[in-house]
Amino acid sequence: MPPVQDPSDSLFPGADQAMDHVHALEPTLSECFATSTLDAAVIGFVCAQLAALAGDPRPVLWVQDRISRREAGRPYLAGLPRGLKLLHVMANRPVDVLWAMEEALYSSGVCAVLGEVWGDPPALDFTATKRLALRAEARAVPALLVRRAATPNLSAARQRWRIAALPALPEPYDNRAPGAPLWQAELFRARGRAPGSWVARQDHRGLVLSHATAPDTAMPAAARA
Amino acid sequence: MSRLTQLRVPDQDAPRAPTHAPGPGPLWRAVRPHRPTTPPVPAARKAETAPPEAPRTDRDPLQRRIVSIQFEDLAIARWLRWAAGRQDAPPDDLPVALSVEGPHGPIVHAVNRAARMAGIQPGARVVDMRALCPALRVAWADTDGDRMALERLMLWARRWCPWTALDGDDGLVLDTTGSDHLWGGEAALLREIEGQFSLLGLSTRLAMAPTHGAAWALARFGPVRAVVTPDGLAQATAPLPARALRLEGDTVLLLQRLGLKTIGDLAAVPRVSLARRFATTALPQNPLARLDQLQGRLPEPVNAEAEPPRFAVQARLAEPVQDPTAYLPDLCKDLCDALGAAGFGARRVTVTVYRTDGEVSQLSAATARPSRDPAHLMRLWGDRLDRIDPGFGFDLITLSADMAEDMRQVQTWLDGRADDGAQAAQLIDRLVARLGHHAVQVPAPLPSHLPERAAGWLPAMSLHDADPAALAAQDRPPCLFDNPEEIRVLYAVPEGPPAQFVWRKQTHRVTRFAGPERIAPEWWNDRPGTRLRDYYRVEAQAGHRLWIYRDGVLGDDRGDVPRWFVHGCFG
Repeated sequence: MPPVQDPSDSLFPGADQAMDHVHALEPTLSECFATSTLDAAVIGFVCAQLAALAGDPRPVLWVQDRISRREAGRPYLAGLPRGLKLLHVMANRPVDVLWAMEEALYSSGVCAVLGEVWGDPPALDFTATKRLALRAEARAVPALLVRRAATPNLSAARQRWRIAALPALPEPYDNRAPGAPLWQAELFRARGRAPGSWVARQDHRGLVLSHATAPDTAMPAAARA
Repeated sequence: MSRLTQLRVPDQDAPRAPTHAPGPGPLWRAVRPHRPTTPPVPAARKAETAPPEAPRTDRDPLQRRIVSIQFEDLAIARWLRWAAGRQDAPPDDLPVALSVEGPHGPIVHAVNRAARMAGIQPGARVVDMRALCPALRVAWADTDGDRMALERLMLWARRWCPWTALDGDDGLVLDTTGSDHLWGGEAALLREIEGQFSLLGLSTRLAMAPTHGAAWALARFGPVRAVVTPDGLAQATAPLPARALRLEGDTVLLLQRLGLKTIGDLAAVPRVSLARRFATTALPQNPLARLDQLQGRLPEPVNAEAEPPRFAVQARLAEPVQDPTAYLPDLCKDLCDALGAAGFGARRVTVTVYRTDGEVSQLSAATARPSRDPAHLMRLWGDRLDRIDPGFGFDLITLSADMAEDMRQVQTWLDGRADDGAQAAQLIDRLVARLGHHAVQVPAPLPSHLPERAAGWLPAMSLHDADPAALAAQDRPPCLFDNPEEIRVLYAVPEGPPAQFVWRKQTHRVTRFAGPERIAPEWWNDRPGTRLRDYYRVEAQAGHRLWIYRDGVLGDDRGDVPRWFVHGCFG
């Protein structure tokens, strides 16, 4: 049985905690690609960033197209960061998702905009992403585009992430249970910073990116057994 | 009876013409303050010693002409129309009853004709009536909706006369003094009213009399479309039963035990004896005051509410055009000026174009908050104006605020900004205008243990604020499937978590799990036989974290081998 450890202080024995950095939501367009359509790792990654906005009197606009809602489910308030206000829009077509995001970025009534688009619709081209990016930067409102079953084509998103689920940290009080989630976050294109690959987790500071040697470092002994 | 003839104020030879003239009646009504629904007690007390003094001749209440309308089946007609819209309307020969909550279980509120023939009594308990008529179909009554429908009917009835008011839960009262000659006389007016309501699908009983009380009694207990003049008032109302005096049930019972079965009996009793017995009671239990109202000794004017203000502007064009876009900014500005002058804001605006070939087409948009911002109203139309079919052009455009509400300007910041969520409300308006009401929603958590039932949603137009305290601090996934997806499961012990499962054609091996969290069905909501659920938080070998549950327990006598479902994904 592994020794009980608090997940918030030393995650990976041997890794330098000073190398961790807290990733804050930037007021621009970011794209997050899910490597698998079978889990909600990308939603967990996004929600870890949105947690900083909890307590804002303005809502978060969450737009889903029809397939995303059916395949990935509808947001569930009890599982989202506490204090987050939500305005949910279900659009039938990807065009309507983009339109709703643009309308929200036009007004200053929302604190963040999150859109889920399934696949590679023709409407989501370079021009559309550039409009979203410019509007988000003009209003200083973060915009997030969650892409599932999609290929990273040409896009004007300032940050493009690829998110995969990693085996979770051990639960301190139950060695059979999964604990705090971990994600493999790969920033494969970015403006103004170097791309890279991190192991991401959420703690009290927000979304923390840390360099890990290998994914299986996080796998506890109990799960491998 | 002799007192009644003494009290007749207008002389017998006077022609009927003065009652039709729009003489001092409106002025007198207009300056009177609003009367409370219950009459002032001193008026009833004064009756103790002497009858109220006869009003002055120019304000004689017996010169009014009051029409009382009773809707016999407003509730059931509304319900039938609603059911017909859902393709669920029962045939006419099937007994239907609408029920409301009573102190000891539901009671019958309204019945249709077949149920009335079967002996179903409004006011009786539903269980008793079900025993009487097992085929009875019972639905819940929508009393608030009926009330709102009645209020709309009241405003609609102002087509016949300017003063209309609600009269109880199932009736209207109209003061048609001076209006009947426009409709060809009093009898013709009653026929017109009855015909118009029957075109709406409502059957009515109505009567016209000099006082509200007499019209009420005659409409419900008198002959069909009774018209009573001041001379015939005593004679026409004398044979009516005592409950025609708008008295409560126990008072009617008391009068019956005293042998006073009709209004004529009651009028023949010396006034002092009635006053001694009933002087201190409230109006619905006071036969003397009700009798005075019926005979016009106690004034009871029709208290017509002011009509809600209407806001509409129009543009008449010199020649037909095809595109209204160029005219809408000016119309929006005019409408918002009118709304601002009255202190109102629009909740629903409609643009209507009148085509040269006689067709009318319209387009409406709603707002989450009252608004009188021309730029915002203009943005609501967007590209939807293309949906207006212009035909060969139109020459009249109307912009109206169909629903307007009080709007006060609030300054929440010292520098004059009023940032109280107005921006978010305007965003909701634009989203709803394009995507529809049901596409834009806000979460409204409900107090329930079942996850899908706890996740309530409301249209964003309601501007509902979710209460974060309503959420229990539990481990829940950020996304929940609308319909849980069934999985095929391989497990070691039936009571434990699965060792392996197949979901969406992929095999997942469970490496770690947490649970079970047992959620029992809600017996007050669910059907009998609903199985409990054991929720597990599992992690598969690829790192997918899922929320799965087993529907039931083996051997709970509620079905076969329990099935497994995925209900959501963890981040």
